[in-house]
Amino acid sequence: MSLSRRSALKTLAAAGAAVASTAAPASAREPKQAPADAVGLLYDATLCVGCKACMVACREANGLEPEDTESRWDSPDSLSGNAKNIIKYYDDGEHSTFMKMQCMHCVDPGCVSACMIGAFQKREHGIVTWDGSKCVGCRYCQIACPYGVPQFEWDKTFPKIVKCELCAHRIAEGGIPACVEVCPRHAVIYGTRDDLLAEAHRRLENEPERYEDKVYGEFDAGGTQVLYLAPRGVQFASLGLPDLGTKSIPHLPESIQHAIYKGFIAPIALYGVLAVSAWRNHRQQQIEEAAANNGEA
Amino acid sequence: MSHAASSPVGGRLMTPAYKVLLALAAIGAGFLVWRFLFGLGSMTALSDSYPWGIWIAFDVVTGTAIACGGYAVALLVYAFNRWHYHPLVRSAILTSALGYTIAGLSVVIDLGRYWTLYGLAGIWNWNLNSILLEVAICITAYVFVSWIELSPAFLERGRTARSPRLRSFSERWLPRMQRALPFIIALGLLLPTMHQSSLGSLMLLAGPKVHALWSTPFLPLFFLITCVAMGLGGVVLESTISSRAFGRPNEHSLLVRIGRVVAGLFALFMVMRLADLAFRGRLDMLLAFDRFTFWFTLEMLLAAAGIVVLLQPSLTRGRLFRAAMLVLLAGALYRFSVFLIAYQPAPGAVYFPSLGEIMVTVGLVAAEIAVYILIVRRFPILAALPPHPETKVGREEAHLAHAAH
Repeated sequence: MSLSRRSALKTLAAAGAAVASTAAPASAREPKQAPADAVGLLYDATLCVGCKACMVACREANGLEPEDTESRWDSPDSLSGNAKNIIKYYDDGEHSTFMKMQCMHCVDPGCVSACMIGAFQKREHGIVTWDGSKCVGCRYCQIACPYGVPQFEWDKTFPKIVKCELCAHRIAEGGIPACVEVCPRHAVIYGTRDDLLAEAHRRLENEPERYEDKVYGEFDAGGTQVLYLAPRGVQFASLGLPDLGTKSIPHLPESIQHAIYKGFIAPIALYGVLAVSAWRNHRQQQIEEAAANNGEA
Repeated sequence: MSHAASSPVGGRLMTPAYKVLLALAAIGAGFLVWRFLFGLGSMTALSDSYPWGIWIAFDVVTGTAIACGGYAVALLVYAFNRWHYHPLVRSAILTSALGYTIAGLSVVIDLGRYWTLYGLAGIWNWNLNSILLEVAICITAYVFVSWIELSPAFLERGRTARSPRLRSFSERWLPRMQRALPFIIALGLLLPTMHQSSLGSLMLLAGPKVHALWSTPFLPLFFLITCVAMGLGGVVLESTISSRAFGRPNEHSLLVRIGRVVAGLFALFMVMRLADLAFRGRLDMLLAFDRFTFWFTLEMLLAAAGIVVLLQPSLTRGRLFRAAMLVLLAGALYRFSVFLIAYQPAPGAVYFPSLGEIMVTVGLVAAEIAVYILIVRRFPILAALPPHPETKVGREEAHLAHAAH
């Protein structure tokens, strides 16, 4: 083993130690809190009768085309490029439940963490919005969303990402989301997240026999601004709301990346070490080659 | 970089095989016209459940790992001073430059809203929390860095060009490039370390959608190890094929040693994967005997078979080649699984690539091989001479032979 090789290994080991030391206090990123003015929805699955008026209202409020699926007019099966809001029907033999799905407006959203250039942003009232002037259509938001919310216009030459923005344009003018406005049973209501949470817990307390003892979205995946109540005996997971634990989706990946790239110190240190060892090894080799050539001559 | 070490292959370019490559590339291009006219949905099997298909999982995630030869060999030579591998550096860097260029092209093809891509130049818009941003910036940067790393090959050729201006340009810039090379190479070592590990981190954000046999906080480390191992495996493959195809001197003894490194890295990778499963208390999933158990086991068997062969005391070219294939398949399957096979977005959702997607990938790979052949025929890329007894390799080989007797 040549001298330079040994010293190169030593410098590399030092660099490794430097990188490890920056990574060591895997500084778990602080959990995010909902903004003070956060608004959202509370959907009570025990009240919905599946009239789908909210789907029609959503389409009209957001300028979406009706969907022509096979023989049914304007009855999409799932969220799509034409449907930001959908009512689904779940039947497990014992219970039949209607379920509303739209963007959850997470407190700490995966899509916002994923997006390279901030096309997804958490804006006023914590509403998660999409900006078409920035989006490059990479669809990493779709990978990152645990609820499968962002939809892509696959059949368009110049597609967009489509997702519920909680009728931010109506809220800005003092209105409320269209789906809430038309719901005949008040199965979905609109308000600040704090008020909705209080209301949800009031319902659980008043009629514990009616509900599953949980407000989905209070803590799930770091908290969401759309909250759900389910009928007693029906798991949220069987209604399409997965059990995600209480940590947000970006929590682990961002903690790891932040630990490695904190202040960009580790990459710069690593570059320094690599450059020095490459330069030294390169020069060493040139000297050896020159010596070998002289020996021949 | 010692210039005498490499020389152009020369010879006729338009062989029948070459025409087949061009035809495949043309078919792929035809499908691309379709994609840009009628949208991604018109010719791919992609969906809102599976927004990423083989253009990402194969062309980018698997392809760049196989193309990591330039990174991995440069790491051995320049960082660990294993100078005897130097004859392999240039062709490995060419493979990297081409593989990464293809990956970059695939991403642009896959982007739904490619016309807003210029916005990525606006640094003030960057979301520094985005793992994909880091991958995108580092891969783009590395495409340029790898071609610059290769530029001495073009400048050496330029010195004998017919145009006097090109000759004087090459004469002027070649020594400058030689001096700057260690610093560029260091960048070529840093960037893949960053983006290859981050390719693994990408799927951390998919959270529970990736099956727990694959989803682990160690994804970035696993992706880094596999890219070095697969990059070196790719070098074995590429060197064996090109030495046979072009009747070049055989670097067999070097490749066998590379093979040992590959075996060591894959063994480390397998041990770490199993240890990670044990640590997370998920070893029982291996007894589930579902399709995930199957893919995981297949991956382990492929790797184990390759390792066993690579560690044999003597290896023929054919066996070395096949063993390298086995470990490359294992690594490819691992990476492919994290992005597609183990990706379970919703119950019942399935993805299988469409004919168009497959033909675009085939066309891109065909184009890559065609450009590779063009460049090695015209430019000094491949090692020229059998190891000279006076060079370090020759001396070490002689020494080893002596010791054996």
